[in-house]
Amino acid sequence: MSPATASGSPYRLLGGRIPYVEGPLKVTGRAEYTDDIHRSGTLVGRVLRSPWAHARIRSIDTTEARSLPGVAAVLTGEAYPTPFGVLPITHDETMLAVGKVRYIGDMIAAVAAVDEPTAERALAMIRIDVEPLPEFSDPRTGLTRVPEPIHERGLLGSNIQKQVLQHFGDVDAAFARAGATVRVRGQFAGVTHAFTEPLVTIAEATPDGRLTVWSATQVPHYLHRTLHEVLGIPMHRIRVIKPEVGGGFGGKSDPLPHELACAALSLATGRPVKMLFDREEVFYTNHGRHPTQNDVRIAAEADGTLLAYDIDTIIEGGAWSSFGTVTTYYNGVLAMGPYRVPNFRYRGRRVYTNKPPSGAMRAHGGTNIRYAVEVGLDELAEQLSIDPFDLRERNALPPHSTTVNQFRITSTSFRACLRAVRERSGWASKFRRLPYGRGIGLGCGFYISGSNSPIHFTPKMPQCTVHLKADMDGGIAVHCMQADIGQGSNTLMAAIVAEVLGVDLERVHVQRVDSDVSPIDLGSYSSRVTFMMGNAARRAAEGMRRQLVEAAAALLGYPAEQLEVVHERIQVRHRPEVGVDFMGALNRAMEAGGALQSSGAYSSPPMGGTFKGARAGTAPAYSFAAYVAEVDVDPETGVYRPTHVWAAFDCGRPLNRLAVEGQIEGSIHMGLGQLMGESMEYRGSRLMNPSLLDYKIPMPGQMPEIEVLLVGEDDPEGPFGAKEAGEGPLVAILPAVANALYDAVGVRCHAVPITPDRLLKGIDVRRSAGRPWKGE
Amino acid sequence: MSSRTIPVRFWLNGLPVERAVPPERILLDLIRDEIRLTGTKRGCDLGTCGCCTVLLDGVPVLSCLTLALRADGKSVTTIEGIGEPGRLHPVQSAFVECGATQCGFCTPGFVLTAVALLREHPHPDRETIVRAISGNLCRCTGYTKIVQAIERAAEAAP
Repeated sequence: MSPATASGSPYRLLGGRIPYVEGPLKVTGRAEYTDDIHRSGTLVGRVLRSPWAHARIRSIDTTEARSLPGVAAVLTGEAYPTPFGVLPITHDETMLAVGKVRYIGDMIAAVAAVDEPTAERALAMIRIDVEPLPEFSDPRTGLTRVPEPIHERGLLGSNIQKQVLQHFGDVDAAFARAGATVRVRGQFAGVTHAFTEPLVTIAEATPDGRLTVWSATQVPHYLHRTLHEVLGIPMHRIRVIKPEVGGGFGGKSDPLPHELACAALSLATGRPVKMLFDREEVFYTNHGRHPTQNDVRIAAEADGTLLAYDIDTIIEGGAWSSFGTVTTYYNGVLAMGPYRVPNFRYRGRRVYTNKPPSGAMRAHGGTNIRYAVEVGLDELAEQLSIDPFDLRERNALPPHSTTVNQFRITSTSFRACLRAVRERSGWASKFRRLPYGRGIGLGCGFYISGSNSPIHFTPKMPQCTVHLKADMDGGIAVHCMQADIGQGSNTLMAAIVAEVLGVDLERVHVQRVDSDVSPIDLGSYSSRVTFMMGNAARRAAEGMRRQLVEAAAALLGYPAEQLEVVHERIQVRHRPEVGVDFMGALNRAMEAGGALQSSGAYSSPPMGGTFKGARAGTAPAYSFAAYVAEVDVDPETGVYRPTHVWAAFDCGRPLNRLAVEGQIEGSIHMGLGQLMGESMEYRGSRLMNPSLLDYKIPMPGQMPEIEVLLVGEDDPEGPFGAKEAGEGPLVAILPAVANALYDAVGVRCHAVPITPDRLLKGIDVRRSAGRPWKGE
Repeated sequence: MSSRTIPVRFWLNGLPVERAVPPERILLDLIRDEIRLTGTKRGCDLGTCGCCTVLLDGVPVLSCLTLALRADGKSVTTIEGIGEPGRLHPVQSAFVECGATQCGFCTPGFVLTAVALLREHPHPDRETIVRAISGNLCRCTGYTKIVQAIERAAEAAP
């Protein structure tokens, strides 16, 4: 293994700072997003949303709306009854409501009209007769059999969508002999992705019997498949195109009902239809992080050696399943790393409520449980008078080990992360030594680098395939369905191809995702793209390099084994003056059969246990993190600000430092948003803040100084040693700041967001209990 | 909705534009939907995200909250009027080099805000930069590299 911290990378491009290939288009406003596409004759698609949280539909009368001049189609749900959902095992959504509406904002009908005012008038003319049903706004009221469950598929007549029960080792025995125990009862409000580009889809049915769909999606392949299933059209007659996407963070990682409705409207009218959501509709679509209650008990020996976790979690699913079965597992199993925990018990329940659906959001399933564990460990360290760093060092999972639930751990530089931030932050001189109101805290992270158990309809197929084509123009076209949503995956794919072939980056052209020509990649979720696409791209490029080297061998009269690929040239290793440039080799190689083609694919190796749910959370590699945050609190108001963050991250070898830093800085911003104030606010089942005015994400002036420390070593299976950096960087920031707040003012907050009023109340409670803090 | 239209004349990226618009027409709709300059983005329609920022006589405004009639007799600059691939404005070059764009949807608004800032304050301190961009939301970058890019563009300025 070679250290990735060295300034000199053994690679020409990889390991450096590679500006995003589409950067010039984005900074000039020329990058094309879905809403920028204009097809002539396009109709406006709009949807009618439920004002009822839970109601049975008696009848829908669209007669008047249909007869309004300018209205081309009005669709309702009964004509499209095929259920769908991102997970094949939980298809519980329909394109438009069938029989019932399940939340305020649920889609009931879809209209296509010549312009927006006409479409809106038509929506107002649709008459719906409903029978209101009891609504569920609190998951705890749905844990047992209820008269009218939200879905028929709920466990034993309840609203429980998924229950997970796991027990490894003997948790009760471990607690009985523990030297110390702690308990954290975490409460987490729901948060949402708040990507800047609203949801938007264009569909165009053409007279050749084909349907083209452009959509702001992270999962073009799942969208493709779902269009086929719900609309009953063969997949080869559907073409899905993904233009530039203005952020996703998981919010565009389900096939969404408006994408289907837009396509159905185009099929019904024979004209292109565009459906662009306003910001309020984006909030109703949600699929954000689950509101969560977790009850976490941790047992340890008196020396700090961890003995057991005992976790009971309720997560609120809202109206649909979405990724929820995965979320239910992750809220337990992702508690495990980065530590060795010999005994583990978990009960997780995901409960439907009459609210916008929860789903996958950046660091999906790993964020709230990580908060509870890391805050718990801080409490444990204090109880045992052990430094928080020493406690974590003592329990760090070693490289090439197996967890109690049979996760295969390969590379880990977690200890290096701890050492790096301990030193850089000046921890020894600050922890419990800063004046009252200022504090420092540690939080750590662990996340999957690509799910080993992907959502796949044909499980023996690779998770990613990359195609390359090189022709006489000397350009290399790269085709793959991996979805760049701003994280820089196109840049990485181009750089890997250029690295292997030895060519300039500008020769490599990543083609827009288009299901007609892009081989399947499963999409941008579960932090899978660098690892899986990276390996596939490398293999595809190596295949093309072999063809070029063989052609050069024939030209130069040397055996291929004696040749080496250098910048824009192939030469004899021991006689570098003998060689041929890239174009010369390419032209010779094309003599045999024209343009060169090469394909590479990636499938993760078999791993994990054989018990029910064993594959949930298994991944070909894991990322690790240790963050230290410093905060400044005004104890009279509870207003606080993180001033500095030292973020050590193990993503193996960082292939594009610019992008990795960007992912870490952006993750810290998003994590701080959840910690400091973001919250989906409900009155009953009604979402009260569906706008970016009332749902506040952090402003530039609220950001701390961030020092990124990349300390990973090469992962044995990652492309060029790389692992993920898109989601794992989020989880450590929340507990790091929470633990810093404790150091600052002596208040433990188990409820997130930690708003100033909550912190102030904690300070008041502590003071009235007669417990001064740090010479207060 | 009014059927009455009023003539409006303005300079758009240096070229004269003459249109008859209903009085309630929003500048963003005129630029994006009628004139089809799509670099100006529609993010929230509520003046909260800054993706629709354009310069009105050199001053950043939220085009989703601006009536088209307000542009009458004025100069409107959209992102298309700042630079183009191959001939980038120094602010745009700095955004590319620093990795200040991720998804890029907020980028046109940030670039225009930064261009206006640097015209007013060629060498702003960090606090001035942070204040200037506080009307623009970015969900990807944490603003870190955006601030760096504006600082770099300022360094490059004479």
